[in-house]
Amino acid sequence: MGSEEVKVIGSCVSPFAARTMIAFNIKCIEYELIEENILNKSDLLLKSNPIYKKIPVLIHGQRPICESLVILQYIDEVWASGPPILPSDPYDRAIARFWAAYIDDKFFAVQVAILKAGGEEGQKAAAVEKATQVLVVLEDAFTKCSKGRKFFGGDRIGYLDIALGSFLLWVRVIHKMCGVSLIYECKTPKLFQWAQHFSADAAVQDVLPETDKLLEFAQVFVAKLRKPSG
Amino acid sequence: MAKSASVQLLGSWASPFSNRVQLALKLKSVEYELVEEAFYVSKSDRLVKANPVYQKIPVLIHDEKPVCESLVIVEYIDEAWTGKGPSILPSDPYERAIARFWAGYIDEKLETASGDEEKFAVVGKVLEGFALLEEAFAKCSKGKAFFGGDEVGYLDIALGCFLGWVKVAEIIGGGKLLDESKFPGLAGWAERFLSHDVAKDILPDALKILEFFGKVQAARAAATTAAE
Repeated sequence: MGSEEVKVIGSCVSPFAARTMIAFNIKCIEYELIEENILNKSDLLLKSNPIYKKIPVLIHGQRPICESLVILQYIDEVWASGPPILPSDPYDRAIARFWAAYIDDKFFAVQVAILKAGGEEGQKAAAVEKATQVLVVLEDAFTKCSKGRKFFGGDRIGYLDIALGSFLLWVRVIHKMCGVSLIYECKTPKLFQWAQHFSADAAVQDVLPETDKLLEFAQVFVAKLRKPSG
Repeated sequence: MAKSASVQLLGSWASPFSNRVQLALKLKSVEYELVEEAFYVSKSDRLVKANPVYQKIPVLIHDEKPVCESLVIVEYIDEAWTGKGPSILPSDPYERAIARFWAGYIDEKLETASGDEEKFAVVGKVLEGFALLEEAFAKCSKGKAFFGGDEVGYLDIALGCFLGWVKVAEIIGGGKLLDESKFPGLAGWAERFLSHDVAKDILPDALKILEFFGKVQAARAAATTAAE
């Protein structure tokens, strides 16, 4: 099963797609990246993910797998001989799954809210406050999961590092576009340090794109967000 | 010896999410203590302490360590009691991914449907969901009795917990939702699931749920009056 062709419908501007790419880097598995323009969805994407029509989609031996966290677990299980992504202990796995779901539930929405607020200072401040609350909760989660080590996963990056770290893309964009620093040293010192370690990790380096390239995309994306729906 | 003190479930017979956990524990023949939470009235200190992030049931407490979120708990049960009883998730990674995908879809669909005030919109979403799940059932079951194949599994649990509530919606709304002529696969599955040993003593029937629903509305009305 592991020797069949591996394709990822993704994009370097998507944190969700970044998760898949980081996981394959950890497992040292080669894949073909089919770059998707999410502002103009391809037939391949619509066919591979008819329910959500979103990236990433992993196509393994012609079978599509959707939803980034589902894909992460699939990669971990299929390429089990590579470095593990999820912890081995059932309780630690449950905790990792819980926090990854929390991140998708709370953190993504609040980042979108910050970008959407634009110049509306009141709205922006409210969204930033919410984001900070989420990060303070995650700072505490980090203390418990890392047990004094560099990552949520321990000495090496794992499921929860990938789940949160993939959003560092957007944390940078928010910093450049909105002048807001979401993860900063005095508020969430452990996450601040973790972010540096994560971004410097070999599995992550070539996945998180240069901020300028992201900014280009972000500007178009945000313009669309702020347009009142017709 | 303490009666099953090492496994506690903060939950309620009336909560489908709690039912998921009960179904999983039953499949694995794990003894546990059900601590009934009156979740519709207020959150107990015990619940807030065990689940500070969401303050919701169910919470599984195993050897004093809490696990939250029903689907996370079901996977935990499968992994913590590997080798005891049947596997809840399929063994093949692709089938596991498909099961997780659809379970996530069910919860996401529910969340968006419950956000809708308008009945027509809710019914529309439910029927849309059933249409997709009918297809999913055909693919996952491969002609067998359950999503999990010959045996009840993860996706059966994830969806099956709502069957009593679907019946209640039909009674209140007066329309057939899980229509055998539109969704023959799902309708057949629903009947089999509800009469399965695992589900029989756990899933409340529609009348019991209706009674509970009435009680909740009365309790909430009383709380509102008291607050005014």
